[in-house]
Amino acid sequence: MSVKQPLEFTPLCDPRVHLSRRTLLGAGGGGLMMSAIARRLALANELGHTDSARPRSVIMLWLQGGPSQLETFDPHPGGIHGGDVSAINTSVKGLQISDLLPQTAEQMHLASLIRSVTSKEGDHERAVYTVKTGYRPDPTLKHPSVGAVLCHADQGGADIPRHISIVPNGFPARGGYLGAQYDAFKIYDPAQPVPDIRRSVSEPRFEQRVADLYDVVESEFQRGRLRKLEATRTLHRTVTDGALRMMSSQQLGAFDVSSEPEEVLEAFGDSAFGRGALAASRLIEVGARCVEVSLGGWDSHITNHSLQSSACEKLDPALSALLKRLSERELLDSTLVVCGGEFGRTPTINPAEGRDHWPHGFSVLLAGCGIRKAGLYGETAGDPSLDPEKPLADVANPVTVGDLHATILTALGVDYEEELETPIGRPMKRSEGKPIAAVLDS
Amino acid sequence: MSKLRPIARVSLRWSWFVLLVLLVFGYLVAGLSGNRDSKFASLADATANDSPAADSDPTSVVNPIEESLRPSVQGVNLERQNRLASLGLDHSEPADWLTICRRLSLALVGNGLSLEEIRALEQIEESKRERMHLENLLKDQRFHHYWAERWSRFLVGTDGGQFVVYRRRRFRIWLAEVFASDQRYDRMVRELLTAEGLWTDKPQVNFLTATFDSNDGKADPIRLAARTSRVFLGLRIDCLQCHNDFLGNVNLGEESDLREGMQQDFHQLAAFFTSAKTNGLQGVRDGEVEYFYKYLNDDKQTDVQAGVPYSPELLPEKGKPRARLAAWVTHPENIQAARAAVSHVWALMFGRSMGEAVDNLPLDEPCHPMLDALARDFIEHEFNLRRLIRVIAASEAFRADSRADFEISPEHEQNFAVFPLVRLRPEQVAGAIIQAARIKTTDRESSLFLQLQTMAGTNDFVTQYGDIGEDEFNSDSITITQRLLMMNGKLLRELVESNPLLNASAHVRMFAKDSEQIVDLLYLSTLNRYPTPAEKKHFVSRIDCSDNPEKAVEDLVWVLLNSSELAWNH
Repeated sequence: MSVKQPLEFTPLCDPRVHLSRRTLLGAGGGGLMMSAIARRLALANELGHTDSARPRSVIMLWLQGGPSQLETFDPHPGGIHGGDVSAINTSVKGLQISDLLPQTAEQMHLASLIRSVTSKEGDHERAVYTVKTGYRPDPTLKHPSVGAVLCHADQGGADIPRHISIVPNGFPARGGYLGAQYDAFKIYDPAQPVPDIRRSVSEPRFEQRVADLYDVVESEFQRGRLRKLEATRTLHRTVTDGALRMMSSQQLGAFDVSSEPEEVLEAFGDSAFGRGALAASRLIEVGARCVEVSLGGWDSHITNHSLQSSACEKLDPALSALLKRLSERELLDSTLVVCGGEFGRTPTINPAEGRDHWPHGFSVLLAGCGIRKAGLYGETAGDPSLDPEKPLADVANPVTVGDLHATILTALGVDYEEELETPIGRPMKRSEGKPIAAVLDS
Repeated sequence: MSKLRPIARVSLRWSWFVLLVLLVFGYLVAGLSGNRDSKFASLADATANDSPAADSDPTSVVNPIEESLRPSVQGVNLERQNRLASLGLDHSEPADWLTICRRLSLALVGNGLSLEEIRALEQIEESKRERMHLENLLKDQRFHHYWAERWSRFLVGTDGGQFVVYRRRRFRIWLAEVFASDQRYDRMVRELLTAEGLWTDKPQVNFLTATFDSNDGKADPIRLAARTSRVFLGLRIDCLQCHNDFLGNVNLGEESDLREGMQQDFHQLAAFFTSAKTNGLQGVRDGEVEYFYKYLNDDKQTDVQAGVPYSPELLPEKGKPRARLAAWVTHPENIQAARAAVSHVWALMFGRSMGEAVDNLPLDEPCHPMLDALARDFIEHEFNLRRLIRVIAASEAFRADSRADFEISPEHEQNFAVFPLVRLRPEQVAGAIIQAARIKTTDRESSLFLQLQTMAGTNDFVTQYGDIGEDEFNSDSITITQRLLMMNGKLLRELVESNPLLNASAHVRMFAKDSEQIVDLLYLSTLNRYPTPAEKKHFVSRIDCSDNPEKAVEDLVWVLLNSSELAWNH
């Protein structure tokens, strides 16, 4: 019994890469074989760079919990709000950042720093939604995150998912109204295998299972039901084929950072976040378009300095090594690095020596993909008035989250003003902000 | 004698110990046998005529459609028939009883039928099975808890924030008690809108406290206005928060004289909730409306008075502000509010809304005739939720087959000429596969061991599968993550493997008399149907020709659990 296959193809079912079931299932020996992708990575290693014509990608270093701008990229030492942090010089003349990020300071010539991002959301979940999507939560509509927008705008194919979240926290990037197929594929510490990727029975037995599924049960389900059921509704076989292709893909090797030299692993830091940042740089080389790597531990309502210091110990090597690696491999022209969290922290230090949530002026770092190098935009006051009626009075050149998104999309070559259609036909711009010209190369 | 005494003491201690171990073991495996006398062997041996008795007395079952429901059901059917005739659409025949019972189970308890339930239903006359199953489900606490979870998502959303786990749990338990006690819908709405007290003491107050995180520890009138409008009125007026409607999307005012929505409409509704004051010791208390808002293009703030967006004549002139709003929402002449309630119940029953969205029933667009008929019937019968469920369950739309002998188009589905195919939610998939791998009904009376496995398995699975949150009725296509989880994930692996203590695959293989019965039983427990002759022939051959029948059975379970048929309501 066999099912006649529909002629329609979806982004998940590209006829150019459609393989036979046996080929799809032929995962055996993948780890030992030198695949085209592995060869490409190796060759690039030898040459020190990769193909410059590759499509643009974004690596999002997501600092979950609200990193303190004062302990990271916008220190104001010495004042009553400065805390215990000091400022150090960077590779950019006149630009100082926190002494908790000494390695990052040496790579600041590759990046632009925005110190004046503002939002209206001070609750973690709502603020994460806002910064990841560029829109405030709307009960009638779920907006897509940057990665989903990027993958939707460019439907290029890859065996592995093109939108990936590494060490995801409670709020991984979602496809929103673009559909669950644009949700980030979640993996955890790259030191561990990709979850659910290995079959639990022998290859012949697994192949037999899939054959019975397709030829017997699925064909019976389609009988007499909705026209073009598979192509227009369930996509069951199409997506299963995608999963099978991934299971046998040589590109899976990009998730495995253990093949990197010891000194590279050390440079990124011995943490899941560091390994995630390294895996991100490998993944974008094999076709991933957006890789989000999350680092928690920033929500310092008590003992702020201690918690921020601890989180910075993981951020600093990973961020600096990532910028350096992308630059050395000539990938920074086609890869945007975004580093930030859902909000900053209050200038005022509370009685528990902590800092609370602060959406009125926090920092985001951008690098690559046409972002101005050695750039700085916006400013927060060292001695803020903290007038609750005028929260933006202490911020020079305030930037909205929408502006940040418009800037990111512009850098990635995506028309931020183009209107997409939501499932109920409502036109919706990709971003309602305006690009920050000062941080984009003219 | 003196030498025997220590030996007797030691023997006694060991006896107690052994007895204790046996009791613990018995308790842990109690989920396998439940509180009933049926045995696996009898389940496997059972035929439609000789399996053990159902837990309810079959003779107590009344007619397939209760007489008091008949006019209401006929009214809804007539509207469907008229609509299909006007569109020139053919319709399918009624589905078989097992398919309809599966729909009922998915709608009311979130997973398919157990083999135990199927066998019990097979003991009674076929024409009475749907009715019997529905009545059993309505009394089942799985229904109360499942609907409480679905309604809590609708009423307070799924945001975390300060609406922490414990508050949500309290709110959900209160809703479960509402459904268990068969409380009137209008009373539930009034209790939510007028809730007072501490959230610990009065769980319904959490309808308000769910918004505390965005308004400095007080009820947020903006979010509550938006929520109230969508949930209780079926109107999406969120955009009026910031500006008047200039796109013709929102029309409000008098039913006979609709006008474009104004910012005032939204904020006057919000003003009612400013009367919910927060007192640290007493929780939420009623006070006066105090609401100042600067409308777009105005230079100064306006002292906003409480008001409703349409049919103001139904709003009582006197009373506490929130009580006035509650009286207006639940007024028998507020047909729009009744339509919103019916729209939600319909969506829970079908897994999809009747129209474009469950909470979007614009005043200026004609209401779907079936929805209108059900709403008027709902009001006429005192906002009785269970009655509404019974009427929908007995309607031709709900009972229609998803298959037909004509070519089915999306238009047929949109107009309920056939039962629409709807993808299950992640927790429904988790519930379906856990139930499918069991002989017995997994419920809250099961053993602790089984409950722990069910809860942990469900939660981990749902997290990995991707909880779709508050967005209750979307039907996105499946993702690669989900397929990998289904093909290779831990939960599936554990449920598929031959586990003689828990899994159906092992039980069926041990007690079925032959391969044909194995295939029958596995199809029934997973897909809630008998295999077709071709399917049966194929899989019987697989088992009989295998060197290792145990593995062949595991493979069949894997295939059935990985089928789109299991993951879709049909």
